[in-house]
Amino acid sequence: MFSLEQVAVQFGTTTALQPTDLAFEPGSTTALVGPSGSGKSTLLRVLAGLVPATGLVQFAGSSIADWRAVRLRLGYVIQDGGLFPHLTATENVEIMARELHWSRDRIDQRRTELARIVGLPDEPLARYPAELSGGQRQRVSIMRALMLDPDVVLLDEPLSALDPITRARLATELRSIFSALSKTVVLVTHSLREAQFFAERIVLMRRGQIVQSGSLEQLERTPNDAFVTDFIAAERAL
Amino acid sequence: MNTAWRHILLGVAVALSALVSQHAGAQVKVGSKNFTEGVIVGELARLSLADAGVTTVHRRQLGGTRILWEALLAGAIDVYPDYTGTLRFELLADEKLRDDSELATALARYDIGMTRSLGFENSYAVAMRSDRAAALGIRSIGDLATHPELRIALSNEFLDRTDGWPALAGAYRLPQQPRGLDHDLAYAALDADQIDVIDAYTTDPQIGQLGLTLLQDDRGFFPRYDAVLLYRRSLESGAVAALQRLEGAVSTTDMQRMNAAAQLERQSEQAVAATFLADRLGVASDKRAGPGLAARISSRTLEHLSLVTVALLAALLAALPLGIAAARKPRLGAFITSITGLLQTIPSLALFVLLIPLLGIGAPPTIAALFLYSLLPIVRNTHAGLTGIPASLLDSADALGLSRMARLRRIDLPLALPTIMAGIKTAAVIAVGLATLGAIIGAGGYGQPIITGIRLRSTPLILEGAIPAAVLALLLQGLMELVERWVTPRGLTIRQQTADL
Repeated sequence: MFSLEQVAVQFGTTTALQPTDLAFEPGSTTALVGPSGSGKSTLLRVLAGLVPATGLVQFAGSSIADWRAVRLRLGYVIQDGGLFPHLTATENVEIMARELHWSRDRIDQRRTELARIVGLPDEPLARYPAELSGGQRQRVSIMRALMLDPDVVLLDEPLSALDPITRARLATELRSIFSALSKTVVLVTHSLREAQFFAERIVLMRRGQIVQSGSLEQLERTPNDAFVTDFIAAERAL
Repeated sequence: MNTAWRHILLGVAVALSALVSQHAGAQVKVGSKNFTEGVIVGELARLSLADAGVTTVHRRQLGGTRILWEALLAGAIDVYPDYTGTLRFELLADEKLRDDSELATALARYDIGMTRSLGFENSYAVAMRSDRAAALGIRSIGDLATHPELRIALSNEFLDRTDGWPALAGAYRLPQQPRGLDHDLAYAALDADQIDVIDAYTTDPQIGQLGLTLLQDDRGFFPRYDAVLLYRRSLESGAVAALQRLEGAVSTTDMQRMNAAAQLERQSEQAVAATFLADRLGVASDKRAGPGLAARISSRTLEHLSLVTVALLAALLAALPLGIAAARKPRLGAFITSITGLLQTIPSLALFVLLIPLLGIGAPPTIAALFLYSLLPIVRNTHAGLTGIPASLLDSADALGLSRMARLRRIDLPLALPTIMAGIKTAAVIAVGLATLGAIIGAGGYGQPIITGIRLRSTPLILEGAIPAAVLALLLQGLMELVERWVTPRGLTIRQQTADL
């Protein structure tokens, strides 16, 4: 769905992302994993066109001329949801559909369908984000991301701000949602366990560079750097 | 049509006709400085013109020399009284004019004419109680040198000016060490025998009232401050002749009496001038009763509100786009905020003087000044409100695929709204206060009774302007708070809940 060729990101004198080649197949699930400052979030933000990058980014086989058109085929979920505080949950979910002048029937139908998928009753949807629990906010954020039925869903630490029980419940639900919808999913997390739970492929990053990518099993059996072994060991130790 | 609308339309019509007539020249506009003698002489000029059949209006108590001069050059007024000394040593000091004929020549270069002296001069003098002066045998300033024990109190300005006390003491070899004292308090202190010698202006009403002796300036130390009328030379000959009728007509004692009638007896300047002209020149008086308190306050409220609302609306239209641009481009933002900040530092009086050549006097320059002062709070708060939106929200908005305009309309502005409203509220309250200064350039409003009250030391008059101004500021603030509550999105007023489900 996405392919990157020699894509790099520079913030002033800091290199946030070294020249990187990476492809995301349609329907695949990928987890970008690494410690803080490894460039995993930057890489995700490149895919949403939120940071200026050099190199070639292709979407659905062609280079990107109009980011807005690409974004309409993306869903983007961040830690704590990124919901607009001045809009109700419903308004947050419907904002783009209204902007694109969908019919009222079509909007209602799609919203009802998504509410069922993420398991959110009508009542919290009428509230403002500040009146919702963390778990509810993330469910609304996922509804908003899925509203236009995008091809790709980008998730930046979507579970980090939640308590353990909510996190476990939402993680299970999210996995089944994504497998049922067969979206291309890219997830950023600092937890290998979470990465393994969600994704077929793990991309381990450090200091703006990809260290190794593959399944957790491959990373364990044939680590191509001591860092890979250390990172896995550190996660296991906890 | 209800009466409120009729009033507003009437106000607009009057404002428009004032703008038009500024160029039509059908009416002779007399101006006067913001002190009693100036206003009285302005009234004398107006009455004399009216008597000669010239349509005329008196824009009274417009600020100081600089404002009157600029207004005269700009044609916003046609006539105003001033003093030869002020013109030679202050206004045209750079030209080093040696006498009044050189002054007249210099004025002609600006296309300004000058009458001969009206008959009185208002210059610096040194005053003593007559009984004390007689007892000590003091008749001239020079006599003071032989009485080093005399207690001298001088107004601070005279004490500090290099051409004031230091020069005077040098010229007459005076040994005393004077102290600084407020000019009005000095008269009371002199009367109570706490001091012996003060500085005075020759037409001060207290001189006659307290029976003071002005010491002779036998060395001619003080320059002459003869009262004259300045007029635009484009004025019709009939009007000029009417002004020239006042040449030599007012003696220094006359002027002292008229000042006393206005300042000490609280008669209106109009009545004082009319009575004098009727007595001396047989000019028919046109004494009219002024409008009552309620009518005065309501018409000033209308004037004040129109100044403030027009300026604020214009500032809003300009400041919002500027604030948005500033938030988008950090470098441009720094430039815009520093320019609007710079505007804020220009003293309001200086700004008025700068605006007079462009916009004349009255409402237009006042509105322009209020507009410029209102920019900063609105621009700064728009900028702060927009740049204060969390980056994660803007990322979310962009990632959704919202266009720039849609994001601005649906996300950025609603989130910044509480901060922007606070800026507008600040601007409104500042504008209500500042608009009172507009009175010194003839814009009317609540400032009018305030400056008259300060001039006549009349607390009721000051309160007649100050109280409505304070009430208006509070009302406006209350109204803004209502609007603020009404426009602030409800989601922004809810406290975050901590419970997790």
